[in-house]
Amino acid sequence: MPDLAILIPSVLNGLTTGALYALVALGLTLIYGVLHIINFAHGALLMIGLYAVYFLNVQFGVDPYVSLLIVPPLMFALGYALQRGIITRAGHGRDENILLVTLGLSIVIENLSLFVFKSDTRVIDTPYSFEVVEILGAFLPLPKVIAFVGAFVTAGILWVLMSRTDLGKAIRALAKERKGAKLVGINTEHVYAMSFGLGIACLGVAACLLLPSYYVSPQVGHGFVLIAFTIVVLGGMGSFVGALIGGLIIGVVEALGGLFLGESLGQIGIFVIFILVLIFRPTGLLGHKV
Amino acid sequence: MPEVPMLEIRGLMKSFGGVKASNNVSLTVPEGRITSLIGPNGAGKTTLFALITGFHKPDAGTVSFLGEDITGLAPEEIARRGMVRTFQIVQPFAGQTVRENIAVGAHLRIRSRTEALEKAEAVAKQVGLGDRLDQDASSLTVAGRKRLEVARALATDPKLILFDEVLAGLNPSEIRDVIPVIRAVREAGVTILLIEHVMQAVMSLSEYTWVLNQGELIAEGAPADVVSDPLVVEAYLGKGMAERMARREARHA
Amino acid sequence: MRQLVILGIVFALIGLAPFVIASEFWLNLVIMTLYAALLGQAWNILGGFGGQFSFGHAAYFGTGAYTVAVLQVQLGVNPWLGLVAGGLMAVVVAAGIGFSTFRYGLRGSYFALVTLAFAEVLRILSNSVDFTGAGVGILIPLDQGAANFQFVSKQGFFWVIWLMALAAFTVVWWLGNSRFGAQLMAVRDNEDAARALGVSAFRVKMGAIMLSGLFSGLAGVFYAQYFLYLDPYIAYGPAISIESLLVPIIGGMGTLFGPLLGAVGLHLISELTRELIGDLPGISLVLYGILLVIMVLFMPRGLAGLVNRLRPKSAATGARHA
Repeated sequence: MPDLAILIPSVLNGLTTGALYALVALGLTLIYGVLHIINFAHGALLMIGLYAVYFLNVQFGVDPYVSLLIVPPLMFALGYALQRGIITRAGHGRDENILLVTLGLSIVIENLSLFVFKSDTRVIDTPYSFEVVEILGAFLPLPKVIAFVGAFVTAGILWVLMSRTDLGKAIRALAKERKGAKLVGINTEHVYAMSFGLGIACLGVAACLLLPSYYVSPQVGHGFVLIAFTIVVLGGMGSFVGALIGGLIIGVVEALGGLFLGESLGQIGIFVIFILVLIFRPTGLLGHKV
Repeated sequence: MPEVPMLEIRGLMKSFGGVKASNNVSLTVPEGRITSLIGPNGAGKTTLFALITGFHKPDAGTVSFLGEDITGLAPEEIARRGMVRTFQIVQPFAGQTVRENIAVGAHLRIRSRTEALEKAEAVAKQVGLGDRLDQDASSLTVAGRKRLEVARALATDPKLILFDEVLAGLNPSEIRDVIPVIRAVREAGVTILLIEHVMQAVMSLSEYTWVLNQGELIAEGAPADVVSDPLVVEAYLGKGMAERMARREARHA
Repeated sequence: MRQLVILGIVFALIGLAPFVIASEFWLNLVIMTLYAALLGQAWNILGGFGGQFSFGHAAYFGTGAYTVAVLQVQLGVNPWLGLVAGGLMAVVVAAGIGFSTFRYGLRGSYFALVTLAFAEVLRILSNSVDFTGAGVGILIPLDQGAANFQFVSKQGFFWVIWLMALAAFTVVWWLGNSRFGAQLMAVRDNEDAARALGVSAFRVKMGAIMLSGLFSGLAGVFYAQYFLYLDPYIAYGPAISIESLLVPIIGGMGTLFGPLLGAVGLHLISELTRELIGDLPGISLVLYGILLVIMVLFMPRGLAGLVNRLRPKSAATGARHA
């Protein structure tokens, strides 16, 4: 049993990582909650966001946090176009078909970027990359602490958006009653695409907050896909609070798993949780919809 | 009754999130007859069928079939014992032909593919689908699909069939066509319990009926008697309607 | 019966390959096409005929591959025995995954994701334990000879994969002409209706996943002996799972010949792109992805659906998918 001096930093580190995971999962859970589809291309789209942040920084010297004003809107547009142009046409009445199409998209995106960017791992250099904050005797990288706060702020913004705006109301109406929403004159195609766009915009936010303490490579999204699914399932598909809590739990599980089982076996805990939750509690631990 | 009843339900309870879909329902279906279950929309008729055939598990109460307790058994196990149901919203195996659809039912008792397909053909003829054997099931009309539901159930060689609104959605002439099919099923020795909205069918087909309202049985008896029961009229048409109807009847008389 | 005759003719024609093809390069291409057809047909049993879309067929493939490799390297077991053991172990893993998912009624996307997670768990495990060689992988020592399942010429490998594929295709033909197959397709098309007619959906799906796992596992055994090297990413990584589903989706799910059409189509495409664009990393995968999107969008019945559409209706082959 490691003593507290190791355990506490490990848990805190897990919490900050978990917040990053939660950021990625927020978009996924929004998309699931409204469209009832599982976006397999989520990781690949995150990778696009990370490259956008990376090149803005390297080519034009834009700080990643300034990119928050640029990248999320671009990602929103991308998401909107993907949903309207491709995903909506793929269902043919089976949700697996959408899974397949988004899988196809992720294969295309990943391998195109492998082709364009090669498999190099890239990082950016900011003045604060190596700043640390001391909390409870643990030294945490400043960018991860910012991301931690950012996850909560993003969830808060999403919550306000969903509960206070007309768009949010339309989205919630559509999530509950497809036919009814159509009958009262909601442009369902448009609202679906808006929801998908919002979910992908969340990835833009995640990318901006992630890059200062992380890296980008064509395969970077891989690791995130199943983790984000696990979080969404754990927190209840469509629940923002669930995604936050699920993300933190997964972050801590991963950190402690790594501590006790070693780096390579540590990740297994996530998948075991994923399988167990899907089998026994498919509505999630906090099963509530948007 | 001295003999063992075909189906016996005792005190069946089921609620969904506080709504009592089935509240202490008890009834006994005798062998060899056509009986029916009626009631307004949302009365819990389909839920009751689902409870009897194993698609839902009751919160309390028992279902026995031919004297054996079958409460909580899986639908396929219940079908194997000789009780099958059809679905109100028809559920064809889309993309498969009519023959293939019916053969799925036939396979319950027949292992050989060839024999099952032959049986499917025979059953199809029996319900009037003989000329559409190689048609894709999803290309059938509503009436055709209803016949297919009947045929698939029949092909399992059941002792009891529960028909869930097998006449709903059909026009009067189609109903006139299907009623003899159902009668013929009974003539072949199969007991039938119907859920039906089409009163004309209930009156002409069934010998005994139960009326379900808000999860509870409110009346039973011969169909002609039951439909004039004020309680039943009220359940269907709302309060006060029974009196108004009685007055109108009186005027016309 | 007609389909069985066509199947016999097709495999007889493929069987001519070693006699008419002198070049190792082209024979290798035929072998890899048969191998892809085997992988795809394995997936097709569960996905195409059973309607259960697995995203983790690597779990069975990798188990077959690792079983034959580990038995050989660690215990000196003859790989022909390893072939049997590999197939069996894959069936066991399939039964385990099937039991834990179907027992609890997982369907659709949930099933897909859980199978993916199972494959990932196996990948991490094989990456962490010593007897699989962990992350370094496992190298089967070169020791050529038919008795050792390491043929000197490609012809020997050809006949092994030809037989494996023939077995898989014959089983799928049987699916289209048996009670088990009829019940499996009924469950695919409408599980509730099937159960109401006395079909035990659970048992039927278990049968399908075990058959499916068997053939994936055999493909894994073949792969291990053909290339003599495995690592966790090759054996349990997503690439195999994706290839498994891509082949029947392109060729036509739930049809007997779909996986063969799909395998040929895929290999034609990758060879063509290699000719036209050159050997660039990832480019054939980009095409696979585009193909997957296009097939799901515009041709959900695959190439076999296209073939059927061009022929008179009564001659349509196999079970169709709605």
